[in-house]
Amino acid sequence: MKTNDVIFQTVAKVVFFMIIFFAVHLFFAGHYYPGGGFVGGLMTSGALVLLLLAFDLKTVRRSFPVDFKWLISLGLLFSTGTAAGSLIFNVPFFTHAYDYFQLPLFGKTSLHTAMLFDLGVYLVVIGVTMTIIQTIGESE
Amino acid sequence: MSLLHWAILAPFLMAILVPLFRKNAAAIHTGWFVLILPVLLFGTFLRYLPVTKENGSVTQTASWIPSLGINFTAYVDGLSLLFALLITGIGALVVFYSIYYLSKEKENLGHFYVYLLLFMGAMLGVVLSDNMIMLYMFWEFTSISSFLLIAYWYDRDRSRYGAMKSMLITVFGGLMMLGGFLVLSLMGNTFSIRELVSQAPALNEHPLFLLAMILVLLGAFTKSAQFPFYIWLPDAMEAPTPVSAYLHSATMVKAGIYLVARFSPIFAFSGYWFWIVGAVGLFTMVWASFNAVKQIDLKGILAFSTVSQLGLIMSLLGIGAASLHYDSLDDNMFTAAVIAAIFHLINHATFKGSLFMVVGIIDHETGTRDVRKLGGLMSIMPVTFTLSVIGAFSMAGLPPFNGFLSKEMFFLSMIQLMELNLFHIETWAVLFPVLAWIGSVFTFIYSMIIVFKVFTGKFQPEKLEKKPHEAPVGMLISPIILASLVVVFGLFPNLLSYSLIQPAAAAIVPSIIPAGEQLDVHISFWHGITAELLMTIGVVSVGILLYKFMPKWLRVYDYFPGKVTLNQFYNSGLYAAERGSNAITNAYMTGFIRSYLVYIFAFFIAVLGFTMWAKDAFRYDASTAAPIGLYEAVLIGTLLIATVTILMAKSRLTSIIALGAVGYTVSLFFVIFRAPDLALTQLVIETVSTALFLLCFYHLPKLSRHEEKRRFQAGNALIAIGVGVMVTLLGISAHSSKFFDSINEYYIENTYDKAGGENMVNVILVDFRGFDTLFEIAVLSVAALGIYGLIKLRLEKGGETNENE
Repeated sequence: MKTNDVIFQTVAKVVFFMIIFFAVHLFFAGHYYPGGGFVGGLMTSGALVLLLLAFDLKTVRRSFPVDFKWLISLGLLFSTGTAAGSLIFNVPFFTHAYDYFQLPLFGKTSLHTAMLFDLGVYLVVIGVTMTIIQTIGESE
Repeated sequence: MSLLHWAILAPFLMAILVPLFRKNAAAIHTGWFVLILPVLLFGTFLRYLPVTKENGSVTQTASWIPSLGINFTAYVDGLSLLFALLITGIGALVVFYSIYYLSKEKENLGHFYVYLLLFMGAMLGVVLSDNMIMLYMFWEFTSISSFLLIAYWYDRDRSRYGAMKSMLITVFGGLMMLGGFLVLSLMGNTFSIRELVSQAPALNEHPLFLLAMILVLLGAFTKSAQFPFYIWLPDAMEAPTPVSAYLHSATMVKAGIYLVARFSPIFAFSGYWFWIVGAVGLFTMVWASFNAVKQIDLKGILAFSTVSQLGLIMSLLGIGAASLHYDSLDDNMFTAAVIAAIFHLINHATFKGSLFMVVGIIDHETGTRDVRKLGGLMSIMPVTFTLSVIGAFSMAGLPPFNGFLSKEMFFLSMIQLMELNLFHIETWAVLFPVLAWIGSVFTFIYSMIIVFKVFTGKFQPEKLEKKPHEAPVGMLISPIILASLVVVFGLFPNLLSYSLIQPAAAAIVPSIIPAGEQLDVHISFWHGITAELLMTIGVVSVGILLYKFMPKWLRVYDYFPGKVTLNQFYNSGLYAAERGSNAITNAYMTGFIRSYLVYIFAFFIAVLGFTMWAKDAFRYDASTAAPIGLYEAVLIGTLLIATVTILMAKSRLTSIIALGAVGYTVSLFFVIFRAPDLALTQLVIETVSTALFLLCFYHLPKLSRHEEKRRFQAGNALIAIGVGVMVTLLGISAHSSKFFDSINEYYIENTYDKAGGENMVNVILVDFRGFDTLFEIAVLSVAALGIYGLIKLRLEKGGETNENE
């Protein structure tokens, strides 16, 4: 049976961006408000899954020609790199550093190496979720 | 992080760059880029020579996990510097040689140099680490890189077999060694080798001393291919020849020697050490040299010869332990054994390195390494012939090469044992020089085989795959350098005496050297007519006779039964282990996830229930519990309805949706209990996993659960109820009994001050307990790649069978 899901597809296109923006917000808010790399990553994958359901694997792959396995390794590289990077500054493994800066547009902002670590988590979570879903989805 | 740390890590960093060279500069052999690094490192390490020459040392520490005493401490003294110079020096020559040995068109150079650099870094880490945990980590890295290099031509059965064998044996030893390290750290309450050395006398009295010693020695013996673990080394010869020259003769197999030398100050006072190290070493030396003679593959001969020479060095280190029992340096004759060990270590690296490269050249230019097919190459490959004469004569212990000097020192140490009156050696002492002599006779014979079977005799071009000719100049340079070192060290051994040998030997027996003094290292050619010279003359004359009449006595080898060899033992052991574990696994692996859940949950109920009963752990204390409000009641009602729906549903789609409802209700609980992070995460997880379920939905068989028999379901119900009861009891008990102060005060106080964050949950995730997160994402990644591999593999196999049909 051929289903007509025009409404679903149209809504998905719009909602996708809302979810993505919310996910990015969650990611950046992480250190001060509820959120963080893990849930941000999951939310991003959630948005992608929505597209998957509305369209199909091929369409999503064409719109996002990303090999999600690469995201996994990139994320691990970020996380371990941040953790190991502290060794260069003669402090124990996994020592984070942070400071507050006065940036144009943002005002007083704190910059934190934990953010880099969290970025790694974010990427790994997207990579893992999407790799699993794509692989299982493709094996039909 | 200091220069020293960067020097250790440099090969690893370089390994990351190799694929770039391979991709962007494919016209240039990748080896040229790689070559720069060992040369630079060699120069870097040379700069420490003035320090170690005075028996000084350099220590640089970078904190890694200071709270556990695990730090990246790099420590340079005479011993580690000697090894570092060997690793980088021979490394540079081997890389240079490999440029001509491996063709850039045919071979996968990227893999080769990545593995080689991994090895180089790991090996530097082994010899420069003071922390035992770091040492262990790098130690296993050498095993892994050796595995990868042996399996470099992974399409060959023998390569994979050899790689597997070396991995199993050396990793077994490595794990034993880790056990030894942990026992040592328990005894001395530190992971630092230097600190352990400083409390050596106290450790000697410790009840765990012998256990620690045997475990550490197992690590050393497996790595250095001592009897009975040597069987992996001959099979490791499937690796490309530059690798054999580098890992399996000059450096990696000497890691065991290094370990024995490094831990000598801790263990060597004990009589057990003297006996185990000395006897195992000497027996290995004789046994391997005896077996080398019957080999027909040139690399096989060299492999057994390496085992034998390692045994020689090992036995010298064992005998050197006797020196600790003397009070003054002047009449201490056993320091000579330690000095001989170090000197022979250097000599072996030079002559065996050059011999391996020579064999590589022969293999490369004729297409075979079989001694029966080779012959008469002297006039065709004159340079190679000269090099092999130098290398082999040095190995046989002939003057004027360096092997002669260290062999004489070896004999001397063995003879001196007869004057020792320690460790109840009196009756056995005479065996040592006799065995040493017998081993040396066989060493002489196989050295002669390498030279004369290959280069003299009848030239048989019809048996060779290629038309032989002299090797290109580039390939000859590295062995020429090594062979000239053989001659130079032979003629002027005292170049090394106080620059390298004395500092290294002093690091092995530090306790007997008074401050500011040095060991007396003077190596000279001529001592007059001494017992050891007579022994050498005996070796040469008997060796020549036996070589001449070899066909007559080779039958001796037939008397050794082929069925009870160590290799046979290894193969059948491996086979039995595989069969056994297969049988056990198949007995309970049904392939149905419900069976596995039954195992897991039944075990869970049994263990928890037993513990709770045995420890009388159940507590009920409702005084701190909050009252149940309307919201909670409604949510619990929803939860119950959804759960029952899952059980009753006729279609799987309904089950999936009901399961989602359970998850969403739980996340509402988190909202009520003011845990927004948890609620958010649970909500998203629930969404994504429902989507995942829908994807899998297509693959599942149509509701098979009703086909099952009734009997099963009763059991399942029992287990399900049991788990529910157990978890409830556990939750109530955990809430009612408080044995410790809660850690949340610590987080509340420190989240802003120490980590600069306001969301405690996130700060815990990325900072306070960042290790957990790091490992979790690592596990997630492994899981994702595992699923990817499983499904893709299944698809490809299915595709193949379709094609066949």
